[in-house]
Amino acid sequence: MFESSNIIVGLEIGTSKVCAVVGEFNENGVLNIVGVGQARSRGVRKGEVVDAVAVEEDVRNAIVEAEEMSNAEIRSVYLGVTGGHLRGLNNRGVHPVVSADREIVEEDVQDVVKNAKAINLPTGNTCIHTVRQKFLVDGQDGIVNPVGMFGSRLEVDVHVVHGNFNRLQNPIRVVKGLQIAVEEIVFTGLSSSLAILTKEQKELGALTIDIGGGTTDYVVYADGIVKHTGVLAVGGDHISNDLGYGLKVPLSRAEQLKLQHGSAIVDEGITGQQIELSNEFGLPGKTVDLENLRCIMSARVEEIFQLVEDDLAQHDLLDYIRSGVFICGGGARIPHIQTAATKVFQLPTQLGKANSIAGLKSALDQPEFAAAIGLVKFGSMQQKRSTGGLLRKIFSR
Amino acid sequence: MNKPNEDFKSVVDKNLTIKVVGLGGAGCNVLRHLATTTLSSHFQLIAADTDARAIAQFSQGLALGQKMTRGLGTGGDPEVGRAAAMAQAEDLKILCGGTDIIFLVGGLGGGLATGAIGLMAQAAKDAGALVLAIVTLPFDFEGVRRQRQAQQGLQQLKPIADAVICLPNQGFGELFDQNASIVEVFERSNQLIAQNIFAIWRLAAQPGLIKLDFADLCSVTRGRHTESSSATVEAEGEDRSETVVEKLFSHPFLRDEKLLRESEAVLVSFAAGSDLTMKEVNGVMERINSACANAHIVFGVAVDEQLGNKMSVTLIVSRRGKLVEHSADEEPLSRFGGVDEKEEPAEDHRASRFSPPAPMISDEKKEKLFKQKSRPRSRKKIMMQQGQLPLEIISRGRFEKSEPTIHQGEDLDVPTYLRKNVALN
Repeated sequence: MFESSNIIVGLEIGTSKVCAVVGEFNENGVLNIVGVGQARSRGVRKGEVVDAVAVEEDVRNAIVEAEEMSNAEIRSVYLGVTGGHLRGLNNRGVHPVVSADREIVEEDVQDVVKNAKAINLPTGNTCIHTVRQKFLVDGQDGIVNPVGMFGSRLEVDVHVVHGNFNRLQNPIRVVKGLQIAVEEIVFTGLSSSLAILTKEQKELGALTIDIGGGTTDYVVYADGIVKHTGVLAVGGDHISNDLGYGLKVPLSRAEQLKLQHGSAIVDEGITGQQIELSNEFGLPGKTVDLENLRCIMSARVEEIFQLVEDDLAQHDLLDYIRSGVFICGGGARIPHIQTAATKVFQLPTQLGKANSIAGLKSALDQPEFAAAIGLVKFGSMQQKRSTGGLLRKIFSR
Repeated sequence: MNKPNEDFKSVVDKNLTIKVVGLGGAGCNVLRHLATTTLSSHFQLIAADTDARAIAQFSQGLALGQKMTRGLGTGGDPEVGRAAAMAQAEDLKILCGGTDIIFLVGGLGGGLATGAIGLMAQAAKDAGALVLAIVTLPFDFEGVRRQRQAQQGLQQLKPIADAVICLPNQGFGELFDQNASIVEVFERSNQLIAQNIFAIWRLAAQPGLIKLDFADLCSVTRGRHTESSSATVEAEGEDRSETVVEKLFSHPFLRDEKLLRESEAVLVSFAAGSDLTMKEVNGVMERINSACANAHIVFGVAVDEQLGNKMSVTLIVSRRGKLVEHSADEEPLSRFGGVDEKEEPAEDHRASRFSPPAPMISDEKKEKLFKQKSRPRSRKKIMMQQGQLPLEIISRGRFEKSEPTIHQGEDLDVPTYLRKNVALN
């Protein structure tokens, strides 16, 4: 039982797969990934649960696999959530410092963050994250930790990620149905960026795009803080669907074509090339024009990037992204996706590697796992914070 | 030469600017053919296509819809062609400016010509030019869809262009034996269009024995919105005038006697070497006059030494507002197209469907009743025609039942290439 309290599990219920990653603090206090379990997802569309029974089964399979691999019992998870209903916004909270000597204490910080949270969310929406960006003391900008400073007016900028309460409850309910506790829910875009970005990249400013099966989540870091988050309910499924419609092939075949012949750009010299599809007897049945396939696919990929770019341009964020664009999720597997992204964003683009966690086996360092690995990292940060606080309390006694 | 003619000549020399605009693949092919002929110097040839490669071969070209199709074709989709032309309306206007006659040449049924020819004609018309469209209709084997598209294109074009000369490829295959190569057939099609252009040009602009002027041409064509068919025949030898007439009346496009009888305007263009005699012209014209009793006949005779002892006659026959029946092969076309019903079969139909009138009704009354009944009947006939549904139902496939992803008014579940009009080949 001691073992299980030491592990941190990230569970991502995605549109194409359910993935559980088990992390463990080794004797030096460094986080190690010790197990991964995954299962094909059948009950999720566009990042949201549509068939709870199927999802429950898939989650169970993934958890069992992860338990076997890590040789640990999973009792609680950090759950990744996404969906087109999630929104990110920046808000500012104000709090007057009332103590006689005008020294800011921990309570003031908590109060000001609480004030920042009190925004008019649409009815039925709930706050998932409140990420502190920076503090202002009497109008002085850029303060990271105001505790101990003097001032009469404390302000804080926060980034709030909120979503529909009922729709967020669906995956939680499924996981709880398996007698597994949900420690916290985390927006998968945020967790992906945690796994991928280093501190320097966050300082310089970076955009992570997690192109999943059903949604595309994106997060912008600038000056080391979360500036913007967003979700597009468009992903790899849409590419398959477009191909199925455009090439007049069944969806499963379209999926296969996407994986085997897909590309994010239409390169020259493929004009007139045909792909022969075999029928169920293994005989040649139908031919598909490779150029058409690429055209359809590149149109969709380009559009996804364009929609993200439009959103960032609207928030005047493009100039803050100096270290570049990082792509993860299953979409990062599309050949030449960097070229397509560079074309749209006019920024250096690379595939995200989950390099922020030590001891990661290369087999696990796949773009698809970024979100789940990020969940473990998020969990470790939360635990460190709480244990750190506990230790401090013990020592301060 | 008398004075008015000299006056006219100076006008010609100064003003008569003729542009030939080739739309789409077929149009460009015709231009290519025109460019190889000796007379091409009298025309400005302008290619307009979405296919950048095709354009590159011409000195004057208008590349349409480069953003939309990325320099590729339209994929046989008239909507793409139309959108491409619409996006570049300004360019079309500039292209058409300062011109007296604009020939629009294209093959209907495909993407660009079908979609853009209406807009092009409008632009030319707005610029004050006489708009003469020479279009081909697809072969029967090209399928119902292309036929339907072609008919829709024709419908758009007819009310705008001053005259439309319609050449069905199918009828034209008849000019050859079955074994003629496809290259030959298309080559011949291009040639025929070129001959039409030359014939009209010859009428208006070339010095000839019997001349007519631009105003004459306008009086026959301008504002009439006719649909015409045309034929060019050549003959040589002693009794060439006889042969020409025979060939003309047996030509697949003109074979139908009714066509000539009901024609409203006929343009006849003679061209021959200097040995052309008045008797020959007279003989041919007599026959044409007797065949087209009610028509306004405009004719011109030109001397072209290059023809040698050959005689070439081009006949352009116009009939207003009705689909000209070019040949027997055209029957299925009009049926699919849902344009104007053929008159002849309709009458047959009527006779068979109506029970004979009761014997006691007098002839007078019978006629009255017949008229009364026939009117609603014809309306009913139109109603019975199956139209094309305006809506293209786009499947959302796997997202059929899920909540649509609407982003700034666009349903992102619909394939991007459909929304962005990316043409597939």
